[in-house]
Amino acid sequence: MNAPNQSGWKPEMGEAGTSGSGPATASGNRALQLEEPLIFELGTRANCGVDFGQEPGEVAPELGKHLRKEPLTLPGLTEPETVRHYTRLSRQNYAIDLGPFPLGSCTMKHNPRLNEKVARMPGFADIHPLQPMDTVQGAFEVIEQLSEWLCKLTGMSAVAMTPKAGAHGELCGILAIRAALEARGDAREVILCPESAHGTNPATAAFAGYRVEDIPATKEGRVDLEALKARLGPDVAGVMITNPNTCGLFERDMKAISEAVHAAGGLVYCDGANFNAIVGKVRPGDLGVDAMHINLHKTFSTPHGGGGPGSGPVVLSEALAPFAPTPFVRRDERGRMRLVEERAAKDLLPDSFGRMTAFHGQMGMFTRALTYMLSHGADGLRQVAEDSVLNANYILRSLEDVLDAPYGASGPCMHEALFSDRGLAEGFSTLDIAKGLIDEGYHPMTVYFPLVVHGAMLVEPTETESKQGLDRLIASLRAVAERAKAGDESLKSAPHYAPRRRLDETLAARKPVLTWEEPETPAGIPVASEIGGS
Amino acid sequence: MRYLPLTDADRSAMLAAVGASDIDALFTDVPAEHLLDGPVEGLPMHASEMAVERHMARLAQKNTAAGDVPFFLGAGAYRHHIPASVDHLIQRGEFLTAYTPYQPEIAQGTLQMLFEFQTQVARLYGCAVANASMYDGSTACWEAIAMATRVKRRTRAVLSPGLHPHYVSTAKTMARFTGDEIVSGAPDLSGDCGEDALIAQIDEATACVVVQYPDILGRIPDLARVADAAHEKGALLIAVNTEPVALGLIESPGALGADIVVGEGQSIGVGLNFGGPYLGLFAVRDTKLVRQMPGRLCGETVDAEGKRGFVLTLSTREQHIRREKATSNICTNSGLCALAFSIHMSLLGGEGLGKLARINHSLARDAAAKLAALEGVELVNTGGFFNEFTLRLAGKDARDIALALAKRDILAGVSLGRLYPDVQALSDGLVVAVTETCTAEDIDALADALAEELR
Repeated sequence: MNAPNQSGWKPEMGEAGTSGSGPATASGNRALQLEEPLIFELGTRANCGVDFGQEPGEVAPELGKHLRKEPLTLPGLTEPETVRHYTRLSRQNYAIDLGPFPLGSCTMKHNPRLNEKVARMPGFADIHPLQPMDTVQGAFEVIEQLSEWLCKLTGMSAVAMTPKAGAHGELCGILAIRAALEARGDAREVILCPESAHGTNPATAAFAGYRVEDIPATKEGRVDLEALKARLGPDVAGVMITNPNTCGLFERDMKAISEAVHAAGGLVYCDGANFNAIVGKVRPGDLGVDAMHINLHKTFSTPHGGGGPGSGPVVLSEALAPFAPTPFVRRDERGRMRLVEERAAKDLLPDSFGRMTAFHGQMGMFTRALTYMLSHGADGLRQVAEDSVLNANYILRSLEDVLDAPYGASGPCMHEALFSDRGLAEGFSTLDIAKGLIDEGYHPMTVYFPLVVHGAMLVEPTETESKQGLDRLIASLRAVAERAKAGDESLKSAPHYAPRRRLDETLAARKPVLTWEEPETPAGIPVASEIGGS
Repeated sequence: MRYLPLTDADRSAMLAAVGASDIDALFTDVPAEHLLDGPVEGLPMHASEMAVERHMARLAQKNTAAGDVPFFLGAGAYRHHIPASVDHLIQRGEFLTAYTPYQPEIAQGTLQMLFEFQTQVARLYGCAVANASMYDGSTACWEAIAMATRVKRRTRAVLSPGLHPHYVSTAKTMARFTGDEIVSGAPDLSGDCGEDALIAQIDEATACVVVQYPDILGRIPDLARVADAAHEKGALLIAVNTEPVALGLIESPGALGADIVVGEGQSIGVGLNFGGPYLGLFAVRDTKLVRQMPGRLCGETVDAEGKRGFVLTLSTREQHIRREKATSNICTNSGLCALAFSIHMSLLGGEGLGKLARINHSLARDAAAKLAALEGVELVNTGGFFNEFTLRLAGKDARDIALALAKRDILAGVSLGRLYPDVQALSDGLVVAVTETCTAEDIDALADALAEELR
């Protein structure tokens, strides 16, 4: 059916129908580039796309005062309409399955489909978190095996599996640090965050009740060790450091930083978001780290799904292990796996800082990560780090003649290459390069991050890109950079070929429209009360 | 290494191009004594797809899948039928493998979906605005408390005894560090939700009152009464819903006066998954609170040609801009789970959700009647329930009964002893959830087995 006409919805044509090449179309569609109404505009009556096969019984009188008074105004779509709607929407997304996604610091690598198959096995997907423990021994074994991999790869003694995402893992690590300090009666107030740290780091420290102070970066793009040492003192609880850092560089002085922080009575948190650059090559535990979250979804691949879910287990040093959150998994004396919850934890881990989420973590991510680890093996994970670093350096060296690489002389980069907007023609910005790259058929790199570099462009190819693929990406980046240097005005209005041209983000923030509301009702258009009512 | 496309020839050519003698020349910033010279010890080498699948399948088979047995567990996670098209659609690579929509021109699919999701959640909750999802219900609950204490500049949060104990623990963990005061207690096994006692605890220092609706025992509290009492003292009412299907039948929390409504969206479109990933829902009744909300928001706007489009917006609240002044440290959202929720909700529509809710309720009522008729079994929920109710198994520890039934391949419910190991008075309580996935035969099997175990 022709959905827009059915509901009366028409895409705002603006100049869209006439700009670009070719004539306007009545629908706003351009062949396979389709305009898609919202579900609220599809105009279907509240038919249901689900056949329950049974008629519900009447409502019990005891629910009387609790009963919903107004019908729920949500549109129902039939199954074919639903499949078309979401398939059409999907076609307006760039995704790693379509090509490289060189977002620095985000680590967008190929998502193996075996992981998906495994995560959907009923023995993992269809088990309840509170089932009797004897009925979920295999699930606990997944947690145990994954924990072992994480501890061995990082050289740490314990791991907290429950954090739901990287930022949640940061919170876990900082709470463990705070609990450890409190346990020794040491009320420290400050967490130091280098400029090159992820933005979540200071937010996390503040959320955990700390005051945050910045530590500058050197002109090489690394933590200024002397500045850090100078700031250490009895009020400093610890440091949050990202390694490899957001300039794409390994913090050479990590060991010295750890020793200095420890000597001053503090603890070291490492943001492990970039662990895939060093997995199998160096163990953070050897460098004196006390806590580090691992974004399973980045290092060990999980579909990012338009923003999540993630998973952020936190590895802990011996000093912090006693303060890990509950619940956790242990074997009992008979070799059975048990989930240790609050009360039992009081005996086994009396200093635990407590529970940070309802259940036991992101099981669906655990199965994917373990599948990925087993597929690669210890040898393959080492190769992951080497290939991701090689790919990034290949990009850095292939483009530094045309894009400014502020830390290009600082040595090899790790898994991501950092460029700045220096040298572009007057009036041209990083944003123009990003939008130009869209027209080339690529998702842009990370832009304007990290903040230490003006007009930053952080390119992360990851290890799942081939040399041929990189050569094509480099050719496109080079072409766009050259246009920006030459002052090609058409770049400023890019993208030209995306489903949408540049979007007005200022308008969205100034006059927020965050939910759909039915428009003033021209005759014949169904209103919401007709669309969703029972 | 089937996921790594570089050949050795590629590697040599690329090392030459970057001017490195070998790969370790690119790792010179790692102190030499810490650079491992081979694969990490004690871990296996790479394995074939077939071998890995076999290993994982063997682990999966050690678990009892809910679909294979009569199954009645709830208490914050529910088993519902998920239409096949939901999982099929979320596995489309353009959804599955897309990232956070930082470049809106090529992420309109995700953004439009989030806008639709926000509207669905707002309407379900009877609120003005919902965000684009959070980790899960328990963390959304804490974020709501943190938001309320920030907005009200007060530090006390009064939690209803009917709030899921894991949600309470999560809030207490966080409050220990922020200095907020959490007032809470365990429920008692009566049909009364204890609104009077709760209201008596609200004072001028109270930032928020948190009420689960329906509560952990399946009872349905009088939200409107608590809302009035909270508002009278200048506090916000936070309603927590862990079973969104209930809202197809009972009134939306926002319509009853809740200021912030949070919950677990897992029931709609997201499977049990042993506790995660789940889907935190978060909405506010008054648009004035929008700029205080945590998490991502998707907003409507226009592009350079005047066409409607969507972007992430109001990010000035967020950690990447405000750093230590951010409203929350949350970075990711549960985008793919939100998509599953939104697709399932689109298939249901308001009418379908209502029908699903009535089926759940009707089956649960039949089951409760049948079980309560057994000798030694008493139904706690005298004041009504949706699809979950609590039984007292007089004189027995419900944990033992649940274990005994599990040995007979019946997953009977969640014992209150598991949830409240320190509260002896709750040890004979069993929380039973009945959804559309339970058949009459399942219910009969549970009743027969329970009768035998109690004999």
